[in-house]
Amino acid sequence: MNGRRRRIGAALAAALVLAGCGEGFDDSPRQQATGSATLQVLLGSATSVELEATRAIMQTWAQRSGNRVNVVASADLPQQLGQGFAGGTPPDLFVLEPGAFTRYAQPGALHAYADRLPGADDIYPSLRSIFTHEGKFVCAPKDFSTLALVIDTEAWAAVGLTDADLPKDWAQLEAVAKRLTTPKRKGLVLMDDVDRIGAFFRQAGGWLVDPSGKKATVDSPQNLQALHYVQRLLRSGTTAFAKQIDSGWSGEALGKGSAAMVIEGNWVIGALAKDYPQRKWRAVELPAGPAGKGTLAFTNCWGIPTVSKNRQAAESLVAHLTDVSQQNALGEGFGVIPSRRLAATLFARSHPEQQAFLAGADYAQGEPTAKGLESVLKDFDAQLLGLTNGADPKAILASTQRNAEQVLGR
Amino acid sequence: MFAAPGIALLATFVLLPMLLALWVSVLDWDGTYSPLSGKAPVVGLDNYAALLTEDGLARRDFALSVRNTFYFVAISVPVQTLLALGLAMVVHNRTLRGRGFFRAAFYFPSVTSAVAISVVFLFLFSGSGAINAVLGFFGIDGPTWFADPRGVLHELFGALGLVDPAAPPEWLSGTRLWGLTLWEWLSGPSVAMAAVTLLMIWTTSGNFMLIFLAALQNLPEDVLEAADVDGTTRWQRFTKVTVPMLMPTVFLVLTMGLIGSWQVFDQIYVMGQGNPAKTTLTPAFLSYQRSFAEGSYGLGAAIAFLLFAIIVVLTWAQRRLLRDGRTS
Repeated sequence: MNGRRRRIGAALAAALVLAGCGEGFDDSPRQQATGSATLQVLLGSATSVELEATRAIMQTWAQRSGNRVNVVASADLPQQLGQGFAGGTPPDLFVLEPGAFTRYAQPGALHAYADRLPGADDIYPSLRSIFTHEGKFVCAPKDFSTLALVIDTEAWAAVGLTDADLPKDWAQLEAVAKRLTTPKRKGLVLMDDVDRIGAFFRQAGGWLVDPSGKKATVDSPQNLQALHYVQRLLRSGTTAFAKQIDSGWSGEALGKGSAAMVIEGNWVIGALAKDYPQRKWRAVELPAGPAGKGTLAFTNCWGIPTVSKNRQAAESLVAHLTDVSQQNALGEGFGVIPSRRLAATLFARSHPEQQAFLAGADYAQGEPTAKGLESVLKDFDAQLLGLTNGADPKAILASTQRNAEQVLGR
Repeated sequence: MFAAPGIALLATFVLLPMLLALWVSVLDWDGTYSPLSGKAPVVGLDNYAALLTEDGLARRDFALSVRNTFYFVAISVPVQTLLALGLAMVVHNRTLRGRGFFRAAFYFPSVTSAVAISVVFLFLFSGSGAINAVLGFFGIDGPTWFADPRGVLHELFGALGLVDPAAPPEWLSGTRLWGLTLWEWLSGPSVAMAAVTLLMIWTTSGNFMLIFLAALQNLPEDVLEAADVDGTTRWQRFTKVTVPMLMPTVFLVLTMGLIGSWQVFDQIYVMGQGNPAKTTLTPAFLSYQRSFAEGSYGLGAAIAFLLFAIIVVLTWAQRRLLRDGRTS
């Protein structure tokens, strides 16, 4: 019995030693590879159009520079990325969400290269600041989207509204939503998440965190005013969350005709053209609130890991991707706004339907990047459906503030 | 010596990962480097404390996930076991024509991919889907199933006039237990979770039917014949002879059902990811979300070990209960 136990112990010890010797758990920054490199690129799940356009541009670069590019599109990007980093073999270039930025930037897992890019100064300042960590502009924003008010023009004309009625402030938005509401159609439809409600916060002069991004400011009078306004809209019956009228998202509601106005980003353009080509619509800037105009910007950046041995090659690929002509070509491909001002202006000239979205770029608020805030905001989202049934906005803000303080304080 | 390869395999693929997970659960590790490098700060039992004792979002989420899964298990395990036994009795019946067909039909959901079935259910239960169309035929205005966070028990209390769901009394909404109010604990499964429960019952009962069927076919014929000779009715024969002989199988099915249900993940991942209003959050999904989506691997690993503890305790309790039931 004793001998057997000893043997098991020996086997265990051997297994431990073997595992310890394994490769992949090497954290020191790698030597740069010389000669031609094979870049592993990880993209998120996107439309096939977007994937093909990106892939084509990358292949052109590969041929010109004598490198190879291996593009993988992941259905679950955060998971695959986390696995890559935890195992010590992250992809050489990947798409990174703002919500995960600080988590990777803080321990120095991200290679800070963006300041050296040829067009770095031309990138929108609001986007730059999202991906800046401790004064260093870490990774280059890929492209971006903003929110606008998308209107079903036929419904608009049918109730006798004209261009002069386009809502400029909250009161006007409330009024037109009421006029546009019929038993089968809601005047305004939006998603029940902070990515839409946050725009109202900005319009009221509030936001989730202070400008440094390190202090929670969820429970503020401004945010409370915004949430009260949204609740009033919801309870008046003129406004609904997409889920409540059996739609996966607001764009679908607009396409199906169960919404006359929606608050969405410019991804709605491609989606409507593909799924509901008969729908006639126009986009205008979001109405201003008591503190002025406000909208949100959504973007991702091109992340390069510190441990990659192909950093230089990856950097030159990003330089190629953020080149004005390439950004413009990408925009053509699938309708996102280039992150560089020059490219964006060119792009909007040839795409008038993007004007309203681009107009928001100058005052748009980027997503918060603090580590751990994602689950706090998810909890906020989960409480929003309750607004319709009379949940107390003050209580929602207070509990979110408490949760955010716990995360940011650590 | 002959066992050495087996032990080595077991050690590499079972024991080592478990030890590593246990190690991660006492770290504040964000997943951007190796957990064995010593760079990750050791926080001792902090992750467990955040889930069990400290007031905060982590504990609240975990408590919610345990509540959701508790109602889920409390409904799905007994129902799927009874249903499986019933189905097995039906297809075991020699006088039934086309037994092969029914056997295959009942087993079919179990061999189909959980993801595929979940997607089909999403369509069936969508607000304008088949289920609501059928309900509409009977004049019932069906809910938007997967978007409906209302607790079934809450609605029931409301319908019976016991408690007003919009304004629960102070002793319910004011008393807090492990981060949730008593009122929240008593919510029952949400409408969305009820739909997931239905799906789970439907897919797993075929599987367990097969186990019951195998057990039924192994029952000694002579005992059943003896019961017939003694003049039992069919019901008496079933409850007094068949079921007692099936008890070991019932125990197996209950245990497997209990473990499988507590670990439910695929269906949640496809159907709701915790939505609406976190009422389909389960510990397994929460662990995944905290680890991979948010980089709090220590917390995720701690959730996994607490889930393990819950399952061990419940299985042990169930074993005690069933054994007592048998000796009495």
